Amino acid sequence: MLDLSEKERKLLVATQDGVPLEKNPFEKIARDLGLSTQEVIETYKRLLDENKVRRFGASIAHRKVGVSVNAMIVWDVPNEEVMEIGKKISSFEEVSHCYERPRKKDWNYNLFTMVHRKSKEECEEIAQEISNEVGIDEYEMLYSSEEFKKTGVKIPKR
Amino acid sequence: MDEVDKKILDRIQSDFPLEKKPFESLSEELGVGEEELINRIRELLDEGYIRRIGPIINSRKIGMVGTLVAVKVSEDRVKDVADFVSQYSEVSHNYRREHDYNVWFTISAESRERIDEILDEVSEKSGVEEIIDLPSKRMYKIGVSFSLAEE
Repeated sequence: MLDLSEKERKLLVATQDGVPLEKNPFEKIARDLGLSTQEVIETYKRLLDENKVRRFGASIAHRKVGVSVNAMIVWDVPNEEVMEIGKKISSFEEVSHCYERPRKKDWNYNLFTMVHRKSKEECEEIAQEISNEVGIDEYEMLYSSEEFKKTGVKIPKR
Repeated sequence: MDEVDKKILDRIQSDFPLEKKPFESLSEELGVGEEELINRIRELLDEGYIRRIGPIINSRKIGMVGTLVAVKVSEDRVKDVADFVSQYSEVSHNYRREHDYNVWFTISAESRERIDEILDEVSEKSGVEEIIDLPSKRMYKIGVSFSLAEE
């Protein structure tokens, strides 16, 4: 069960592929869902306040705007230092995402960071800089060479 | 894409006005006519610079569960396996990466059971040699926003 009211769910499902490009987009959405425009706008605002929606805005295709290299840098960080190093790495502006994940058989890296840049060289420089700053040498860079899918999280339609 | 387009992109990626006439207020703010603004945004969408304008859901906060999956696939089967993976609506990102583990994808689903189901189905596909389930334990940073306009 998702932590959403029926109305919230309906509204998010209706707009997860984007709002219509017209002068009164929310009016159109409201009409389709049998709600008032005010209700639609207020529901979005509430979802933002509750942080159930991170932001309401445009999703940019980074590849198309020249930020074409996406590197996942994975780090082997001593377990007792993960929290501290995770925070430190997150303070780098170039790092967009930073997650701690479990070590698994055949996979010994426990901290994952994403870096988006214009070239591999730039990604490597940043990795080197981070490595020096946090004192971790055990890392690998995994460049993406093909994007098969990128849609963002979707709420199942039911 | 010209400087005006970049200015528009910079403005609307952070927050799109939640008002009755959002394009009107953007148009005043950016000094671009409302019609022109809508047309420019339509073109940016058509050309693929913008994927969509809408809510970016905080999946965890609404009770969805997720994971990152690493798959080692024999090189000649990568495309087939990747296509199979992409057809799940629960898969939000799917990339080929330059590594022994060459297919990486993320799942956001309504339950852990659903994730296990997808993982089972993917492991059955021919060409899949190894599969590692890497659910996040802690999130330190999330979010991307880029400034495009020249200084």
